[in-house]
Parts: sequence; C-alpha cells; structure tokens
Amino acid sequence: MLSPAILIPAILNGLLIGAIYALVALGLTLIYGVLHIINFAHGALLSAAMFAAFFAFRLLGLDPYVAVFLLAPAFFALGYALQRFIIGPASHGDDRNMLLVTLGIAIVIENALLYAFRADTRTIDVPYAFQTIDFGFTFLAVPRVVGFIAVFGVALALWVIMAFTDTGRAIRAVAREKLGAQLIGIDVAHIYAVTFGLGTACVAIAACLLIPTYYVNPRVGDAFVLVAFTIVVLGGMGSVPGALVGALLVGVAESLSGLFLGESLGQIGIFLIFIVVLLVRPSGLFGARA
Amino acid sequence: MRTFLPIAAVLGVLAVVPLVVHSNVTLNFLVVALMIALVGQGWNILGGYGGQYSFGHAAFFGTGAYVTAILQVWYGVNAWFGFAAGIAAGAALGGALGALVFRAGLRGSYFALVTLAFAEVLRIIASVAPVTGAGVGTLIKLELGIWTFQFQSRAAFYWIILALVGLSLVIARLIERSRFGAWLIAVRENEDAARALGVDASAVKSVAMVISAAITAAAGCFYAQYFLFVDSGIAYGTWISVEALLTPIIGGVGTVFGPLLGALVVKTLGEGAKLVAGDAPGLDLIIYGAVLVLVIWIMPRGLIGGLTHVRKMLARREATVVPAGKARHG
Amino acid sequence: MAEPLLAVDKVTCRFGGLLAVNAASLAAQAGQITALIGPNGAGKTTLFSIISGFVMANQGTVHFAGQDVTGEPPHRLARRGIARTFQIVQPFYGLSVRENILVGSHLRHRKRDAALSAADQVGRDVGLGEMLDKPADALTVAGRKRLELARALATEPKVLLLDEVLAGLNPSEIRDIVPVIRDFCRRGITILMIEHVMQAVMSLAAHVFVLAEGRIIAEGTPSKIVADPLVVEAYLGRGAATKLGAQHGR
Repeated sequence: MLSPAILIPAILNGLLIGAIYALVALGLTLIYGVLHIINFAHGALLSAAMFAAFFAFRLLGLDPYVAVFLLAPAFFALGYALQRFIIGPASHGDDRNMLLVTLGIAIVIENALLYAFRADTRTIDVPYAFQTIDFGFTFLAVPRVVGFIAVFGVALALWVIMAFTDTGRAIRAVAREKLGAQLIGIDVAHIYAVTFGLGTACVAIAACLLIPTYYVNPRVGDAFVLVAFTIVVLGGMGSVPGALVGALLVGVAESLSGLFLGESLGQIGIFLIFIVVLLVRPSGLFGARA
Repeated sequence: MRTFLPIAAVLGVLAVVPLVVHSNVTLNFLVVALMIALVGQGWNILGGYGGQYSFGHAAFFGTGAYVTAILQVWYGVNAWFGFAAGIAAGAALGGALGALVFRAGLRGSYFALVTLAFAEVLRIIASVAPVTGAGVGTLIKLELGIWTFQFQSRAAFYWIILALVGLSLVIARLIERSRFGAWLIAVRENEDAARALGVDASAVKSVAMVISAAITAAAGCFYAQYFLFVDSGIAYGTWISVEALLTPIIGGVGTVFGPLLGALVVKTLGEGAKLVAGDAPGLDLIIYGAVLVLVIWIMPRGLIGGLTHVRKMLARREATVVPAGKARHG
Repeated sequence: MAEPLLAVDKVTCRFGGLLAVNAASLAAQAGQITALIGPNGAGKTTLFSIISGFVMANQGTVHFAGQDVTGEPPHRLARRGIARTFQIVQPFYGLSVRENILVGSHLRHRKRDAALSAADQVGRDVGLGEMLDKPADALTVAGRKRLELARALATEPKVLLLDEVLAGLNPSEIRDIVPVIRDFCRRGITILMIEHVMQAVMSLAAHVFVLAEGRIIAEGTPSKIVADPLVVEAYLGRGAATKLGAQHGR
C-alpha cells in the first residue's frame, strides 16, 4: 500500500483537490480578513454557483471553462448586493448578528435550491471529464490540472488587485483599521460589499472548475465549505498564504486518509483537525494572535 | 412566589387545551411545537442569557434521543430511567464541551464554529456506528403503557411535554433572579468588565452550558418516546440546531417566554407555508431563514423585546403629559 | 514604614519585541491615595492590567497584604479585594444603572435582596441615586465614570485601581467627583490611580510614582516630584511644573 506508485498519485491528486479547496477558502479568508465575520452563506453560494454552471451548460450549451467568464462577474454582483443591501443593514454592525444573518441567508438559498430543483444529484457530461494527461511517472485528470492552474491564476489576479489598484489598497486599509479608513474618506460599506463580492466570485470560479467532474445537489456546497472553514482556521483567519498552504496540506491529508481509512471516516478526520486547531491554536499557522 | 404568577397563568391556559381540542392533528402540532419550544428554552440559557451563540445544539438533542433509545433497545432499560439517563448524558456532554471550549477561551464566531463541528462529528459517527443502527436508525418497539412511556392518547404526551416546558420556564425565571443569572448576563454584556468584578466567566459559561444541554437533551429524549424512531439526520441534523436558535431569537432572546412564543410562531408559519404551497421540501425552511434575517434586521430583541419597547414608548408618552394642576409643584 | 498593602516588585512585560514594562516597582500604603503618572504609552495601563490579572508579567511579582498574587486571574483578585476601573468605560449597556452595580455587589452578597440594597447604597454614595432605574446608556460621560466607580466599589475592595477616571471630564465635573474619591479613601479603601490631570494628583495623592518608557524614573511626595528635573523633562514640562510647584507650596 505504501509503494510510491500509489502514494505519489495520491499526493498529487491531493494537491490538485487542495487547489480547489484553496479557491473556496480564499474567498472565506478574504471576507474574514476584512469584515471580521465568518460567512456562513459561503456554502450555499457555492451550491448556487454549481447549479448556475450546470444550467449554463444544459440550457445555454456553455462549457464551464467558458461559463466562468459569465458567472464570476454575475456572482460578484450577487455578493456585492447581498452585503450592501441585506447583510450590512440587517446586522446593525454587531458581529453576532452578522453570524445569524449569514446563517439565515444560507438557509434561504439552500432551501430555495431544494424547493426548485429537488434533492436529486445531477452531473454534466463534458468530453474532457475523464481525459488524463501523461506526466511520465503518472497520469493526472485534465479537469484537475486545469483547476490547479486556474487557482494560481486567480490567486495572482487577487494579489495584483490588492497590491496595485486603489480599491485593493482601500480594502487593505479597511482590513487593518476600519475607523482610520473611514476618517480618510473610504466608503467602508462599499469596500465591505466589494470584498464580499470578490469572495463570492471566487466561489463561482471554483464551481465552474468543479462541475466537470463533480455532482450537483443543494447540499454539495456544505461539504466543501466545512473543509474550507478548517483550512481557514488552520492557515490563519484572514491570511491568504495561510489559506493556500493550508488548502494544499488538507487536500493531501484527505487524499492520504481516504487511501487508508475510507470515505466517511475521512470526513471526521477533517472535523477533528478543525476542532483541535480551534482549541489549541485558533490563530492558525500564519494568523495574528486574536 | 409572585414572580411565578405569569408562568402559572400561561401553563394553566395551555393545560386546558387538550380538554377542549380533540383533533389529533392539532394536538400533534402542539406537541411538536412545545418540544421545539423546549429545545429553544435550552439554547436560550446559554445563548440568550449568556450571549454564547451555539450553532450545534443538535449535539445535545441527539444525544438525549439516542441514549434513551439505545438503552431501551439494546439493554432493556426502563423507558423512564432511559429518559433520565438521556438528560444526564446531555448534561455531561455539555459539561465536557464547556470545559474544553471555554477553557480555551473561544468566543463569538469561533464558538459557533466549534459547536457546529461537534454536532457534525456526532452526526457522522451516528450514521456509521452499529450501536445507533448506522444508516437505518434505531426503532423503539411499540409497547403502549405508562411503564414504557408510551401513551395511547396524545393528550398524555401533551401534558408531559407541557410539564417539561413549564419546568424550563421556572428554571429560566429562577436564573433571572439569582446571582448566577446576574453574572451570566454580565458575561454576555461585557466579559472583561464582569471578570474585573469577580465573575469567573469560564465557570459561569460552563454551568450555563450544562443547564442548556440538559434541557435540550430532555427534548431529544421526548422526541424518541413520541416518534419511536431516531436516525443520525433527525438526531444531529442541522434542522434542530437551526430551530434551537430560531425560536428564542424570534420570540425574544434572554427572556423567559421568548422561546415558547417563538416556537409557536415558527411552527405556525411552517404549517401556513404547507397549506399555501403544498408539501414541497424546503419551503418551510426558506421561510424560517427569511424570518431570521427579518427579525434581526427589524426586531433584534424578538417579539417580546418589540412588545416591551412599545410599552416603554407608551409609558414615556404618558409621563410627558402633565396634568394642569401638578405643573406648579414640579 | 509599614508593610505596603500592594507591592509590585520589578515587574517586566514584553509584547513580541516591545518592552512595555521594564523592571517597574511600586507600592501602595494602606489607607492612602497613591498616583501613577507618566507620558502616554509609558506602560501605565499595562501595569494595571498586570496587577489586576488581565496580563501576565514575564518577570517580577505582585504582593497583596503580604501574599504573592502574581498571575492570579482577575476574578480571584477581585475576591481578594483588588478592584479596577477601565480607561475606556465598559458599562453593561443593556442593563439599568442599578443592575450594573448589582453585578459588583453580588460578589459579597449572595442573595438578591441584600445585593440590591447594597447596590442602591453605593449608587447613592457616588451620586447616582436619581439614575438607578435608568438604562446605563442614558448616562452622560461623567455619569458613566461614576457608574464605573460604583461597580468597582460595590465589590467592597481593599484596593481600588483607578485608570484615568477623570479623563474626558470638564473642570466642574472633576471638582464634583474628587471629593467622592477622597471620601472612599477616608472610609479605608486604598487607592492607586493613573492620572493625567495633575491638579487632581497634587491635591489627592500622598505618594506619586512616575513611569516613562516602561521604567519608574522617580517616586515621592507630589511636591518633590514636581521639582524633580527628570520628571519635568520626561513629562511635565517646565511651565506646568513651576505653576504646580507654586500652587502647592514647594
């Protein structure tokens, strides 16, 4: 069982899965880093995005890798509107309320999907879904490789936005010192909404990368998001490098434990890591001490 | 004694219901509503009075349900003992969780997350462990009789759950008037200030967690006896964690009657939704989610808070209208 | 000189690379008012946080009534008789004034009735008798300061740590609250106060410690401090020092 021929592909696959986790986790850690809340609606939004990608394919004939250019902006707008017009006003600035409001939104979205589309699992059929690329020492699935590359592209794009644009600078200012940012004229409500929008756009991109090989149902987002929560806590809330490193680690850990322990216990492994990290070192690997 | 009059009055009115209402459908609705109210009363002790919002109260509900069921099915334990054991198990779990979590200093979002994770871990374990019947669930054998805690008439179940809810109302009121309650509320309002005044915040929160867990576990035990079937999704599912927090928030967090009022409102809304749109899955939860957002937005103190606010405003209006003769003596 | 009620001995505290408090020692004699002054950022509040158990010192000890209480948690220190107020007031906003004070008085009175009458008494003593039923958020800044004081006093402390209790008050409000503080000292409560309002320090304190950049640079009676060139240089400034010296008869 421990031969390199089995271990290496397992590890590589872990890294590839980890990349997708990273994208979901990135959105979550971005929102936490700036708004200082855990976005409980993240999972439901991922499910919604996957349904959107599904229907883009079924009804509009759009390949997911094309649909992403439509869905990412659309979900950015959705995220922006959600924060600006619902979450922000409803919370009255209280963190505890924000938790509940995002939970409420998650419940609404998830059950709206359930009501509209039932609980059935659906998949799409794209020609490259099962194609593999020969890397010499191993074969890797095309969608996973594309996903891996895309995630780094997104991470790079986010870095560019944060470092070189005015909006990005404003986001970093608000994240560090909200009151100060307000005093120099930054529209905090707008920045919050932009950040939320960016986090939601990440989720939409992740959905398009997942749909070639993954199934869709109203609860699919939950599984990913719990892993994403673990990654964000492990890597440090609000830390982008932490999310990336943590995601790759978790991806590999999940792949290896799936190899040795089987499906359902693998899930528990993630939760247990989560709980242990929360209890022992809630600031995570890269995070600042709360 | 006078402070318990409102509770006695409410219980009195509710106790009469089965004598007047004979429809099984209505009685069933009320039994479930009261059971959810009990879950909410439990959550309210820790969340409403203590300000620690748990997103995983299903952990206690499910433990109560499973312990009751398993003790009867696998070990032939008497149902009433099983009930008591279920409550004890829930309380013990609450104590263990509290010790771990509050000692580690977890608050706010982190606390919500860790409770969510615990409930999920229990759900996964219950879905694969043989003792809980894994995916199939646990079925309690139908055997009507007082000794087995299974009754022919709905009314009997109604009065039992009403008694449990009544007990939780009394506990809430006792806490409100006690030193423990004053400390718990202080921790909710400002934990550091409370600590500076001599409050052992971790201990207070842990005790609140134990009481909260015990009450919620009792509801779980009741569920097992009423429906005679438990599986991982029912016991530890998110539905019960959501209803646990929804009912106090809608009714009024940190009040004695909040969860009861909230449960009646929430369940009525759910039934109303079914009447209007049929039995489609998910519709009632959509309404719950929307109501949650709306309540936080418009009435963060819930229905009871809203009513108190209106009452205070009216009182203030009255006070500013000074009768002609009195003004001189002011 | 009698054994001090509160003795802080060479306390050091480091946050990351920053040395917030550097081998600071001070003592508060029973029944007296002792002041801790110094420029902003000197580490005064950090020192208070160490004494009251909110922050752990890296080195040094804190003794209270002869016993080593270093590192004990805030609630246990409060039970021993060390109470503190916060620089930025922290009332329980959702509760009434009486309910706020009640949390403090409950430390010594288990039963609600006894605790309520004790709370009412303390509330009247600090001048909040009219406001007992009002919500805490309806108070003015001065009112909130009194509430902060009342809550701490309700715990019936032996030592009261006041962190800039006069900050944000106008001169007449200060004139009103100083006698309240002096009165509690007369009743036997030892007070250690951080203050910037030098007039109050001069008239209230029997002994003064000066903290600058984490180190105690001087200690002594108010008039001696005002004349100390080190203190003048680090904090007071020559103009203020001369004026204070003249007013309080050096």
